[in-house]
Amino acid sequence: MAPFPLRMASREWRHALRRLGVYMASITVGVAALVALHSFRDDVVRSIQSENRALLGADARLSGNRPAPDSVQAVVDSLVALGADAARVTSLVSMALADESGRTRLVQVRGVEPGFPFYGEADTDPAGLWDELSALPDEATASDEPAASGDRPMALVDPSLLAQLDMEVGQGLRLGSVEFEVAGTVEGLPTDVGLQTAVGPRVFVAFRHLGTTGLLARGSLARHHVYLRLPAGVDPDEVEEAREDVLRATGTWMRTPEEQARSLTRSADFLADFLALVGLAALLLGGVGVGSAVAVYVRGKLDAVALLRCLGATRRQVFATYLLQAAAMGFLGSAVGVAGGLAAQRWLPLLIRDVLPVPVAASISPGSVAFGLLLGTWVAAVFALVPLLRVRRVAPLQALRHVAEAPSGADPARWGAVAAVAATVLALTLFEAPSPAAGLAFAAGLAAVAGVLWSVAWGLAWATRRFFPRQAAYAVRQGVANLFRPGNQTVAVTLALGFGVLVVGVIVQLQRNLVRELSFGQGPDGFNMLVFDVQPEQEDGVRALVEARAEGDATPVPVVTTRIASVKGRAVGDILADSAREDRPPRWVLRQEHRATYRPELKANETILAGEWWHGAVGAEDADSAAAPVRVSVEEELAEDLRVGVGDEIVWMVGGVEYASVVANVRDVDWAGFDANFLAVFEPGAMEDAPRTTVFPANMTREEERLAFQEELVRQYPNVSVLDLFTVRSTVEAILSRVVGAIRILAGLCTVAGLVVMAGSMASTRAQRRLEGALLRTLGARFRQIRWILLSEYAALGSLAALAGGVLSLAASWLLASGLFGISYRPATGAAAMLWLAVVGLVVVAGAVGGRGPARSGPLAVLREAE
Amino acid sequence: MIEARGLSRTFMSGGRPLKVLQGVDLAIEARAFVAVVGPSGSGKTTLLGLLAGLDRPTTGKVLLDGRDLHALSEDQRARFRVNRIGFVFQTFHLLPTLTALENVLVPLELAGRDRLPDGASARERAADLLERVGLAGRATHYPVQLSGGERQRVALARAFANQPRILFADEPTGNLDAETGARVAALMEELNRDAGTTLVLVTHDLELAARAGCVIRLAAGRIE
Repeated sequence: MAPFPLRMASREWRHALRRLGVYMASITVGVAALVALHSFRDDVVRSIQSENRALLGADARLSGNRPAPDSVQAVVDSLVALGADAARVTSLVSMALADESGRTRLVQVRGVEPGFPFYGEADTDPAGLWDELSALPDEATASDEPAASGDRPMALVDPSLLAQLDMEVGQGLRLGSVEFEVAGTVEGLPTDVGLQTAVGPRVFVAFRHLGTTGLLARGSLARHHVYLRLPAGVDPDEVEEAREDVLRATGTWMRTPEEQARSLTRSADFLADFLALVGLAALLLGGVGVGSAVAVYVRGKLDAVALLRCLGATRRQVFATYLLQAAAMGFLGSAVGVAGGLAAQRWLPLLIRDVLPVPVAASISPGSVAFGLLLGTWVAAVFALVPLLRVRRVAPLQALRHVAEAPSGADPARWGAVAAVAATVLALTLFEAPSPAAGLAFAAGLAAVAGVLWSVAWGLAWATRRFFPRQAAYAVRQGVANLFRPGNQTVAVTLALGFGVLVVGVIVQLQRNLVRELSFGQGPDGFNMLVFDVQPEQEDGVRALVEARAEGDATPVPVVTTRIASVKGRAVGDILADSAREDRPPRWVLRQEHRATYRPELKANETILAGEWWHGAVGAEDADSAAAPVRVSVEEELAEDLRVGVGDEIVWMVGGVEYASVVANVRDVDWAGFDANFLAVFEPGAMEDAPRTTVFPANMTREEERLAFQEELVRQYPNVSVLDLFTVRSTVEAILSRVVGAIRILAGLCTVAGLVVMAGSMASTRAQRRLEGALLRTLGARFRQIRWILLSEYAALGSLAALAGGVLSLAASWLLASGLFGISYRPATGAAAMLWLAVVGLVVVAGAVGGRGPARSGPLAVLREAE
Repeated sequence: MIEARGLSRTFMSGGRPLKVLQGVDLAIEARAFVAVVGPSGSGKTTLLGLLAGLDRPTTGKVLLDGRDLHALSEDQRARFRVNRIGFVFQTFHLLPTLTALENVLVPLELAGRDRLPDGASARERAADLLERVGLAGRATHYPVQLSGGERQRVALARAFANQPRILFADEPTGNLDAETGARVAALMEELNRDAGTTLVLVTHDLELAARAGCVIRLAAGRIE
């Protein structure tokens, strides 16, 4: 025989479903979001892992900032002797000039050798052009030049470039000093993943032609890769281990398919974790809804509980009966949520395919399904605990006399239930967040928001009672009184709506501020273009071009490419080899090249944190002595990474020459905005003999001026590139809109969850409203009056809850904008007002629709039911 | 069989003590039919609640078959009730979410009786009781679909489900018209006679009280 609570719970199921069903839908929304995200993450991870070699295009890749030096080439040659295949690929950014339209664009140029990619297929339009592109002369056609036509070498481009440069396949595209013919487009290349194409359109040319363009001048921002297909039995990790000394000494990085997969998985994990927090917020909101609904439900069940106690049911049996009902409801809500989540999982990849590293095939992840069911059931049960505890304290005497004495003393179990809710919230946020710190911060934020919204709800109930609008029309008075009457849903609705508005508001505010930050017409120093990669012999000519068209003088900014040789007397090689040192600087800081400059003045977006700037002093302290250290200003984070402070020595390597420096000051740099900023700034005169390139900031307000300047510049100085603020802005906006689209949908879920909780709160008080409606109608009220009562109540509740959520969203987005994104914050008040209006409108409409039933129920039937 | 000694009960009302019952002593024999009468507020329902172990007295004790009812814990008293006590209320107190048959089944299930000593199942026993109260055709109806008299008859069937030794009835005919009330009272007597139960009845209905073997009159919380 099944235990009594189980039998009783199953018998009451129909009734509970009617009363609590809508509330369970709010659990559904949260579970759907989490299941979709977890399953989607599993799909992404699985897809990446199964495609890891295609994603790298090889079994191993060697990368450096210069062509493979002899020692690295010897490693490659030795592997080729063992049967390996190798293909070089060089990447750089450069200006591209369309011959016919005269338009220019900063592009990513890739020079590829035959064989690349060794795994995965490059998809071109027309098909089959990839092999032709990189084929060696004697392999492709009878002629020496495998050009599409005439004697121009061929190039393949991203489809977007054709539109941007207003050109067609078959036309000429100038890169550096060589004119290529665009033979077709590259529709897909597995090694270039995610947003890589959004950063700048790609142009693919044969490796041997890249060298002839003149774009590989010293100081240009090129990246040199060697892709390797290893023979069977050769493990890339073993190769890396065996040749570690050579790789380290030459600043060469090796990447394996597993590392590539890990790196891509990390990004997907990170994105999914952040999105999951939004889903979790929706679920917890559902939990609040369940708690609120169960409180109302239990209130209506007190007579039945008293009767059961009278008939001999123990407290435990009664409590278990209703807890089982809540858990069963949670399970049902979760099951529907899991189904919804699995449907969304198939749709999610379509929505954000542009930012996905691989094509993702959806498949059901049993772990995610079980997780969703368990989580939804648990959240429903645990949030129902606090209100359910009340049934334990119902005296059987209440069956005989309604006004029985309330149980005296605090219920210790209540603290246990509250602790269970808090522990659940904390555990879930820690589990879902990308890091424990983020989880704790999120949980603390949730608690703070809940506290503020609860206070607002309490204040609203108090204020409407205290300042009751006695002169208002009857319907308004009755509606406002509903906000503080016994059994009101003011707290639940304020929490639900306020939270939904908060999440959507934050997303809207942050997006507006990020876009605005990028939307200013000029950089902080009054320019909107950066002309870079200018060689010393080109400086005068480029300066003349800039000054001919730009507003104001052209001030050159020298750029010196350096590498760190030693820090505080310890050679970088020694520091890197010292694996035991816990406070060792990050490897990338020591290995990578840093671009530095020298100048006499501190810039407006820089602040000295320690030490002093070299005001007025120009030239090394002791210019006569080559060994005398020069003064350097180090950016705050770099100083932290290197563990250096004022007075410490750093030796820099520039073009094979060592420059000893002493840290004169540590500097904070405001990186936001469009500017030529540097981690290391040397005093003037210190490096003027070092190899350098030059950047010219320039300001040209008119678009035609900018286009004409760029065309002229690229024709005269093909290796020189221009970063146009307007292009950057449109690129970033495009990336932002793709990512924000996905986040917005999830944020919208929070609002949906909030509205569902509100609808649930209306459903849970439906019986009370029906009875009131019936009584009012018996006393002569018209339908319109009853509807006005509901509208007044929901208009008051909705406007205040949305206002509280809106104000919180402004505060939260200000914190996030200034703290996390480091941008100046300006509230988007228009958007906030629109959001407020929209939510109030939704609430009032929902209130009007939800109130139709109670208002129209026949009074006699309702009064008889209530007997 | 039921013995009350120095029974009193004080409630706090509006922050002040309200003495509802004061020093009540009584003894009720097994199988007796006792009516408790008195004006509103005289303490009838409070006395019934204390005798049934639904409430704790402020002072005094209640002995059932020699056992001090209030020395038992809340849950022990619940177990005691399910096996030995039946209830009928003025407002019927049927569970609105259960059918008539399911309502009658509740005490049997609470007692864990899936099958009775005579071999019948709990469901058969509940159906049989409904038939005895003339509601065989209403077994699957919900309380809201039944008339007042029908609801009270379902409540009677439920009260006798576990063959209790004592039946407490609080104004069982108070919400019924005279004719229906008389039918319900007759049915209650009949069931009581057949089952050999002790019947303790609180009522305003003097006609009904006159049918009892013993009448206890309460006034201002004391037996007159």
